[in-house]
Amino acid sequence: MKAGVFDPPRPAPEIALPSSTGTPLKLSDYRGKVVVLEFGFSHCPAVCPVSLASLAAAKQQLGARGKDVQVLFVTVDPARDTAERLRSWLANFDPGFVGVTGSEAQVAQVLKDYGISAAKHPVKGSSEYSMSHSSYLYFIDRQGRQRAMMPFGRPAADIAHDLAILLGP
Amino acid sequence: MKRLRLRLLWCLPAACVAGLLSWAAFAPLAAGSRDALFEIPKGTWARRMAGDLVDILPQKIVLTLGVNDTLLLRNKDSVPQVFGPVLIMPGQDFRLPFDTVSVNEFNCTAHASGSMKVIVEPYPAPGLPRLQWRLAQLTQKPRKAAARG
Repeated sequence: MKAGVFDPPRPAPEIALPSSTGTPLKLSDYRGKVVVLEFGFSHCPAVCPVSLASLAAAKQQLGARGKDVQVLFVTVDPARDTAERLRSWLANFDPGFVGVTGSEAQVAQVLKDYGISAAKHPVKGSSEYSMSHSSYLYFIDRQGRQRAMMPFGRPAADIAHDLAILLGP
Repeated sequence: MKRLRLRLLWCLPAACVAGLLSWAAFAPLAAGSRDALFEIPKGTWARRMAGDLVDILPQKIVLTLGVNDTLLLRNKDSVPQVFGPVLIMPGQDFRLPFDTVSVNEFNCTAHASGSMKVIVEPYPAPGLPRLQWRLAQLTQKPRKAAARG
């Protein structure tokens, strides 16, 4: 694989949070699909949009097999990323992408489970803030195991390559 | 005749050295496993908690594209270890391939300083760069062995 690979893979920690679909989401409900987790925030000026665009392109490259890939975008900024905001923002990339949000405490627990670091930074001359956060993509296989992590900036072809391996024949 | 024999005696080793250097400068680098293994031994966390600041892993890891460009981290400790954004569970390996020349800074809980640098260098070109690379490997190996001992 092009991504960093875990051996042996361990079960991906459960995520049970409100989602942009309007119904509560459970990661384990996606067993049978290959799930890509991205952690970010919708006000992100550069990293998150690029990763989501690459994921959308990779899904397209997989053709019909792309229907077995589910992208879940977990916010690191639940104060601003409501379910509604995530729904409208993610639709810019792929209508099938699902956003995951919750209370500060709920999201903090998920970040801890996945070893994600995220921190707020004030924007100079503004009351707004930005976030620094881990930018890796987390690949979870059809059995719900965390199999691989891909660093930010890899081309869509690399993502499609690894997804094809996880999708299997 | 005696002088000629003496010259030949001098020339032979010189020719051998020249041949060896030529081989080292131009022969392709053997690529078996491209893994560069770094192990976090059992007890690392306990030692850290006891105030032992010894670094188990080197502060800087240098990888070479096409030769050893995959970082293999093995957590033999009894607690999870964080390497960059990766949570490596006890008994788990994480294999991270690199495909571009780069300098990468990672947070790492196995280091007393809390961070570690991974430098990825290009595949050494034939000639002087390859010769220098091979010589560097020769000097690094005894150092690594001494560090392990």
